[in-house]
Amino acid sequence: MVCKLVIRKEQIMLSKTDVQKIAALARVGLAEKEIEKYQKDLSAVLDWVEQLKEVDVAGVEPTAHIAGVKNVLREDNEEEFLNREDIIGLFPEAKDGYDKVKSVL
Amino acid sequence: MIRDLHNRLISKEITAVQLAEQYFAAIEKKDRDIFAYLTLTKDLALAQARKTDEKIASGEEVGILEGIPGAIKDNICVAGVRATAASKILDNYIAPYDATVVRKLKEAGAVVLGKTNMDEFAMGSSTENSAYGPTKNPHDFERVPGGSSGGSAAAVAGDMAAWALGTDTGGSIRQPAAFCGAVGLKPTYGRVSRSGAIAMASSLDQIGPITKTVEDAAIILGAIAGEDKLDATAARSADKDYLSYLTGDVNGLKIGVVKEYMEGLSDDAKKSMEKVLEKYRGLGAEIREIELPSAKYALAAYYLIMPAEVSSNLARFDGIKYGFRINDAEDSGVENAIPKSLLETYLDSRHYGLGTETKKRIMLGTYALSAGYYDAYYKKAQQVRTLIRKDFEKVFDPSADGVDLILSPTTPTSAFKLGEKTENPLEMYLADIFTVTANITGVPAISVPAPAVESAGRRMPFGFQLMGKWFDEENLLNAAHAYEKSQSTKPKA
Repeated sequence: MVCKLVIRKEQIMLSKTDVQKIAALARVGLAEKEIEKYQKDLSAVLDWVEQLKEVDVAGVEPTAHIAGVKNVLREDNEEEFLNREDIIGLFPEAKDGYDKVKSVL
Repeated sequence: MIRDLHNRLISKEITAVQLAEQYFAAIEKKDRDIFAYLTLTKDLALAQARKTDEKIASGEEVGILEGIPGAIKDNICVAGVRATAASKILDNYIAPYDATVVRKLKEAGAVVLGKTNMDEFAMGSSTENSAYGPTKNPHDFERVPGGSSGGSAAAVAGDMAAWALGTDTGGSIRQPAAFCGAVGLKPTYGRVSRSGAIAMASSLDQIGPITKTVEDAAIILGAIAGEDKLDATAARSADKDYLSYLTGDVNGLKIGVVKEYMEGLSDDAKKSMEKVLEKYRGLGAEIREIELPSAKYALAAYYLIMPAEVSSNLARFDGIKYGFRINDAEDSGVENAIPKSLLETYLDSRHYGLGTETKKRIMLGTYALSAGYYDAYYKKAQQVRTLIRKDFEKVFDPSADGVDLILSPTTPTSAFKLGEKTENPLEMYLADIFTVTANITGVPAISVPAPAVESAGRRMPFGFQLMGKWFDEENLLNAAHAYEKSQSTKPKA
């Protein structure tokens, strides 16, 4: 199966700012020294998937869903959560049964 | 193997408690070297085994899975038991409910021995991305067991579990099964409920069995498959008795082979594949050359679709509702520590809680879905996905004299050494080259042990893969079973 790792002449290279923007969108904190490694790794993958540019997809519908089911509904009935205590027990910080977090506003 | 254990239980040759204890003894002896398990569930297992023993003692008829001990991959929830997905961010997470497949297995009386190691959030092909350390291949401790269901495959291959559950998004059941010499089945997308499995890529994930034999895989599939109101994509999957389809008769079965898939294999691997094809011809199947012109883009499409869905599914691991949270300025080790805001809770919890490969894929996906890039990346990959699916529809089309199954190697090589592919991540991705197409199209696929191959002075397991038509696990399992049956009648070498 031919799937070579071809290093092309004009490689995709994300900039430091690109990586910082992406990380911010993804809510993933990055240390300064990590940025370069992610720059390299992400760019390598993006460069490799460029091969998809060769494919002619004119008029082709995108596939979002392959199970072929549509509008699977159920009755809108109330059900009890029998494991409520277990779920609340998972909050990293709880107070009076609520999940305690930093101020939202 | 499951049927044998079942017979021993009902003939009272052994009790379920003794059987479970035997497996725990094996784990005690071997798992220090192999590290297949992250968590053992001894109390749960023995309680389940005792119930089985009571049923048998009272003369009740018991199902084939009753009392049979197995392992569950650590990204599938077992109520009251830790579920980490091999990530630091879930190190202290205790699942508050059973995954549907676990509930079904418990109802069938199966015994859960513990949770197995995996690549973090199922991202990897070697189990080296686990936050807890890698699992070793039972056939050679210097090699990987494959991934991401490496722990499950090693548990079964290492005789530390009679069956195991894994998940497969790009090959994560089949590839480790092939590396460890076990059987691994990825059902049709929509055949098995994903409720209770920690989601990686929702349009690609499937839960499936890793077992010693094809018959065992059929037994587990029968127990876990079916409709589930908790998973809308498993809405039309009727329960079937897969065992009844295992006749071993493949006369007239049409098996398609893609010529290019055999190139680039080592000579020994080529020989192994040739022997498999020869066996099928001997059993009366017809081998045909087919073409899947768009399939060569499957891996690239996968590395856009999968990270995109990952970036969405892993957004929930933010330190808020469960798992690891960084709140205290002291913990973070960040220069200029300041009181944490909500934003910093997210940034730091994910910074420290998530591993490198996980963060990489989240960022890749975020980029591919972001404004200005969505069309060129994600949408394009989705369109390529349609083309690949059409290729499969064409080769499977009965009205156009299509084939019934597609045969290929499961992986390009046998198990590689620990650390061998961690330097260049793209090289690691190529391990999935034959397996991703089944996830991209949704078809069922199974890996079956082929003749072993020579690798750096050792004979290592090697697997062949069969892909079937959508929701046609019957033909798939039967064909796999036919090959396996024919091997067991050979004189021992």
